Amino acid sequence: MLETIWFILWGVLWAVYFMLDGFDLGLGTLLPFIAKDDRDRRVIYNAMGPFWDGNEVWLITAGGATFAAFPVAYAVMFNSLYSALLLLLFALIVRGVSFEFRNKVDSPGWRTLWDFCLFIGSFLPALLLGVAFANIFEGLPIDGNGNFQGGFFTLLNPYGIAGGVLFVVAFVIHGANWLAAKSEGEIHERAASVAKKMWPVFLVVTVLFLAYTYVATDLFDNYFKYPYLWMIPLLAVAGMLISRGSMGSGNWWRAWMGSSLAILGITFFGVAGLYPRLLPSSIDPAFSVTAFNGSSSQLTLKIMLGVALIMVPIVIAYQTWVYIFLRGKITDEELEYEEAY
Amino acid sequence: MDVVLLSRLQFAVASLFHFLFVPLTLGLSVLTAIMETRYVQTGDEDYKRMAKFWGKLFLINFALGVVTGITLEFQFGTNWSSYSKYVGDIFGSLLAIEATLAFYLESTFIGVWLFTWNKVSPRVHAMFIWLVALASNISALWILIANGWMQHPVGYVLRNGRAELADFVAVITNKFAIYEFLHTVSGAYILAGFFVMGVSAYHLLRRNEVTFFTKSFRIGVTFALIFALFEVFNGHLHGAEVAETQPAKLAAMESHWETRNGAPMYLFVVPDPENERNSVEILPIPGMLSLLAHHSPSAEVKGLKEFPKDERPPVTMTFLSFRIMVALGFLFALLTFWAWLKRNTIVEHPGLLRLLLFSIPLPYLAIEAGWIVAEVGRQPWLVYGLMKTSQGVSTLAPSQVMISLAAFVFFYSALGLIDFYLLAKYARKGPVAH
Repeated sequence: MLETIWFILWGVLWAVYFMLDGFDLGLGTLLPFIAKDDRDRRVIYNAMGPFWDGNEVWLITAGGATFAAFPVAYAVMFNSLYSALLLLLFALIVRGVSFEFRNKVDSPGWRTLWDFCLFIGSFLPALLLGVAFANIFEGLPIDGNGNFQGGFFTLLNPYGIAGGVLFVVAFVIHGANWLAAKSEGEIHERAASVAKKMWPVFLVVTVLFLAYTYVATDLFDNYFKYPYLWMIPLLAVAGMLISRGSMGSGNWWRAWMGSSLAILGITFFGVAGLYPRLLPSSIDPAFSVTAFNGSSSQLTLKIMLGVALIMVPIVIAYQTWVYIFLRGKITDEELEYEEAY
Repeated sequence: MDVVLLSRLQFAVASLFHFLFVPLTLGLSVLTAIMETRYVQTGDEDYKRMAKFWGKLFLINFALGVVTGITLEFQFGTNWSSYSKYVGDIFGSLLAIEATLAFYLESTFIGVWLFTWNKVSPRVHAMFIWLVALASNISALWILIANGWMQHPVGYVLRNGRAELADFVAVITNKFAIYEFLHTVSGAYILAGFFVMGVSAYHLLRRNEVTFFTKSFRIGVTFALIFALFEVFNGHLHGAEVAETQPAKLAAMESHWETRNGAPMYLFVVPDPENERNSVEILPIPGMLSLLAHHSPSAEVKGLKEFPKDERPPVTMTFLSFRIMVALGFLFALLTFWAWLKRNTIVEHPGLLRLLLFSIPLPYLAIEAGWIVAEVGRQPWLVYGLMKTSQGVSTLAPSQVMISLAAFVFFYSALGLIDFYLLAKYARKGPVAH
């Protein structure tokens, strides 16, 4: 029972991470394509300014919770994905310092350097996270001792790359929604147009990915066994529809919430299909790391559940407050603010 | 080189680099909070400018501290997966608690603090920086409880081929961890105090913004003095705890080879680990080592020869790091006391100011040396007495770790240089005019 609760929580932490940092990563990926001048770029930085750091902590918690609740999964997953993971971390480091460094030296070359770093540091994580999760969905070549029988390029199989593309597209549309909600004038128009143009792409990529998932993985087995699970992909579809509808009526916050729901739904679609496996083995199903053979002791799961049930709602409460409090558009006045990025 | 050594080097690079930024975060967040609180209390605009100026330096430093922390957490899985499986039940949960309890708070409110100078009342704004300061220090507490458990494992039971949690309260009240926390955090506060004193000294020597920097200096020196004195005291307690729980580490710290009663402390020693002795031992203080380690001048202190050769830490490195740390610790107490006496007229003491300016790197050196004592001195154990470092490593090809280690070194050096350049640039620039 505790194992199942923790499996769900594990999924929640990753899903919320993708939902929150997703728009930062998407917006960073969009930066070179959507910003025409320095003012546009500053709008983008400041649109993410007070949020990105708090968003990134969901990744740390997802990692920490995996370590705490499923140490075997943590060990096997991170050992297996060694090169991809370190690449991801380096990219996130570059992304993080770009915010702080960019406006600290008054030279166009310097700013261009960090704009490029923000782009790479956003695009690579989006891609790598998608590749990594798609690989988990289809199973990693893990042997009976939990050792990974592959290398970095094992991960770059067609289904893995499809997952990467899906994440990049989802995050880009999510980021465009955020920018449209947070900006005004020309940059707002451009963000709105990107979101609208990307929507059919998002739809097609998602449908293709689901079809490919049916062929390449056994994630759908759980759905045929427990039909009520279909609710989850339906939520994703609902999120996408809400997003498109709101784009049409110019309600960009609702469009962003729609894409949030879509990302939560897509992540949970995979998580529910995986259950109870955290890391399916493609060599032999018996070698898979599951919530039951890879978990911590009952005492640890109990204590950690107590911590999570108290702290996660508190975190959600104050982060929600921050989102509401700082929801205003990035105006000229905001850009003239002394501490702005 | 084998995977164990490469992974150890990589972890050393990642953690020592991370710890170039963490101490200033811990201390300067508190100092900035104190300055902003003074602003709320007095309405004196200088204190607001101080909070903004030191806060900006805090943020430049904070950026690298945050981003390099993630690689540490994830490296347990990537490079030390056997360790992670063995201790995840306890160690993993401590890291997860740190994230939920502290890291969200810190990372969320640092952004809020930065962006709301003109959106909320001064009182509420000061509360934001206190939340950041509180959170970063709580973060340190949980990380050190985790490290304290590696140093002196408690509250566990060996079951299912791993260490499982048996007594959570014992883990979080581990005396070793509490001493380690007090010692580390005091060191961080000293470092931040010296940073504020040193940067203020730079401007005071140029007679730039004298009121502003004298005020900053006074806050910095008082803070540093309190914790420099406390550090001598808690450092002793921590050392005595090490003597109880990790006698091999203590023996290496002192390069003490033969078990004996009434062990003296030599002021000058040159270790000769090849021949299991010291080639030079002069200026003994009789019974001092026994007294410090076990609170009695005649107590028995175990020597390195008491332990099998493969269970002794590297002696020279542990010994030298310990000596450097202790010598610097006493120097900080003296220097801050002297500076504190002159705090109100400090601008008239250029010699002292120059000394303080050039002292900025010293607490960094002391803190890094302290971590070398803690971690190298624990070898060959990864978890003291339970798991050797060589047993904790992942299954990786040496080439994988070699590439990542090279990437770490290259990448971190570049970022470190940029960050220190920016820190120096903005420290020199001084505060924004009225």
